[in-house]
Amino acid sequence: MSDAPVLSRFIRHRPAVGSVLVIALLGFGAVFAGGLRLPDPIRIEMADKFAPPFTKGHVLGADELGRDVLSRLLHAGRISLTVGVAAMLVTVTFGALLGTLAGYWRGVVDTVLLRVTDAMLSFPPIFLLLALAAFVRPSLASMTLIIGATSWMDVTRMVRGQMLALREREFVQGARGLGASGGRIMLRHLLPNTVGIIAVAATLSVARAILLESYISFLGYGIQPPLASWGNMLNNAQSYFTSAPWVAIFPGITITLAVTSFNFLGDGLRDAFDPRHVMSPR
Amino acid sequence: MLVLVSLVGFSVLHLAPGGPAAIYAMTPTMSAEDLDRLTRELGLDRPVPEQYARWVGGVLTGNWGRSYRDGRLVREIIVDRIPATMVLMVSAFSVALGLGLFTGIVSAVRQYSLFDHLLTFGSMVALSIPTFWLGLMAIYVFAVLLGVLPPGNMGTIGADFSLTDRLRHLLLPAATLGVVMVATWSRYTRASMLEVIQEDYIRTARAKGVAAGAVIVKHALKNALIPLITLAGLQLPLVFSGALVTETVFTWPGMGRLFVDSIGYRDYPVLMGLLMLTALLVVVGNLLTDFIYAAVDPRVRLA
Repeated sequence: MSDAPVLSRFIRHRPAVGSVLVIALLGFGAVFAGGLRLPDPIRIEMADKFAPPFTKGHVLGADELGRDVLSRLLHAGRISLTVGVAAMLVTVTFGALLGTLAGYWRGVVDTVLLRVTDAMLSFPPIFLLLALAAFVRPSLASMTLIIGATSWMDVTRMVRGQMLALREREFVQGARGLGASGGRIMLRHLLPNTVGIIAVAATLSVARAILLESYISFLGYGIQPPLASWGNMLNNAQSYFTSAPWVAIFPGITITLAVTSFNFLGDGLRDAFDPRHVMSPR
Repeated sequence: MLVLVSLVGFSVLHLAPGGPAAIYAMTPTMSAEDLDRLTRELGLDRPVPEQYARWVGGVLTGNWGRSYRDGRLVREIIVDRIPATMVLMVSAFSVALGLGLFTGIVSAVRQYSLFDHLLTFGSMVALSIPTFWLGLMAIYVFAVLLGVLPPGNMGTIGADFSLTDRLRHLLLPAATLGVVMVATWSRYTRASMLEVIQEDYIRTARAKGVAAGAVIVKHALKNALIPLITLAGLQLPLVFSGALVTETVFTWPGMGRLFVDSIGYRDYPVLMGLLMLTALLVVVGNLLTDFIYAAVDPRVRLA
């Protein structure tokens, strides 16, 4: 609603603004986790086993091996955010490439790509992801690639749709008339016009990737201990959380916070790029 | 379409390194000869395309193969698990549908009210919470702290089946699975309603003096619901994913749990059967929503 009062619009964007702050904070924590004079995230201290928050120098308590939860959370942020952003890059690169080719060339390429996209979309994402993750040696790189490999479909479809509309516009015909090659038209004329939707898709796919990583790691097929990720911190929590709930509560809150922030940011970007759009669903 | 789906599923499972033989190879009592014999018997030494052809031939004749784990028929194993998942999904879906529609409508009618803001914010958070963690927290609060609901399983172990017992066990997992769905439905309903409310014929109805409530329910809602039909189909893959995680957390004996268990055993036939079945249900679901869409909206014709 572009004619909404300024104040309402500001309120509507406030979550996005807040999200930037939260993401910055989480990013800061992850980057400077080493310099914050916190306990070593992988040092086992059996005397501190299940120390509740604010005891024995553990602000958020300690886990089943006496490791500091806060320190692990911050270090896990490095892993989880890295996987999130890297998987987003894979998703967007792959999705934008395929979407551009399909939308610009149309014809057989388009038909084949669309069919494959639809086939991939028919699988419940977690099923496909688990099937892949269970059979490769889990590492940061493999998690990133697997999540990217199962997430590109939405971006492909969006970029393709945009391409179909753009390729008939005058400026493209003009470029073609001036003798520009197909590759040049795609790269220099068409892709820059999809920056808006790609930025939105990129932000939302970071959220999705962080969430997916946490699911896979929770089920035990993702990032492996002693390396901490937000998801694998919850892997063992199910056995202990009746006696030591803090081990389960804080990683979950952190994941929710991070994913919510990226989702809101994506929403805010969408409103910014397309003011006609009412808050639209994902 | 289904051929393509089965090809994708099959290649995902078979091109990945470390087949079922790798698991057996780790068993100390397994000799090299036994391993060879087993690999031959299971047909794992054949080239992947041939394995695929055999598998497709089997599926078409109703033979989904036997589980590598206990030798039971895959079809039976999976069919055993379908009702549990369906109960969970259908109950979560119906509650989510009602709640989501209602909150979405109110939110759209009172756009930019406090309720709208809270709901918009809340639904975004709900979409972002990891389902497994929500389940864990639900167990902690309702089963551990308050002790009012059971933490898992489909019924009290050893007790005879009773409806109240089943419902008590269903409540937490269904609610956990439903939260994401409520959020999705509510967001889509709100967006769709907002679009419709701006239309000229709504203004006409208002000008005619139709009561405010009647305009919303009779004129706006009818048209706002049409695009939502597609959502039911689109949501299906995500609901299956959610069910997998929910079933794992609540030890609910459905297809999702079976999938996670089978992954641990590298039980290809069962995994393949589950992948195919869920994909099949998704394809059928989407087709069904397309038909309903065409039936409801006279502007759409089936090509």
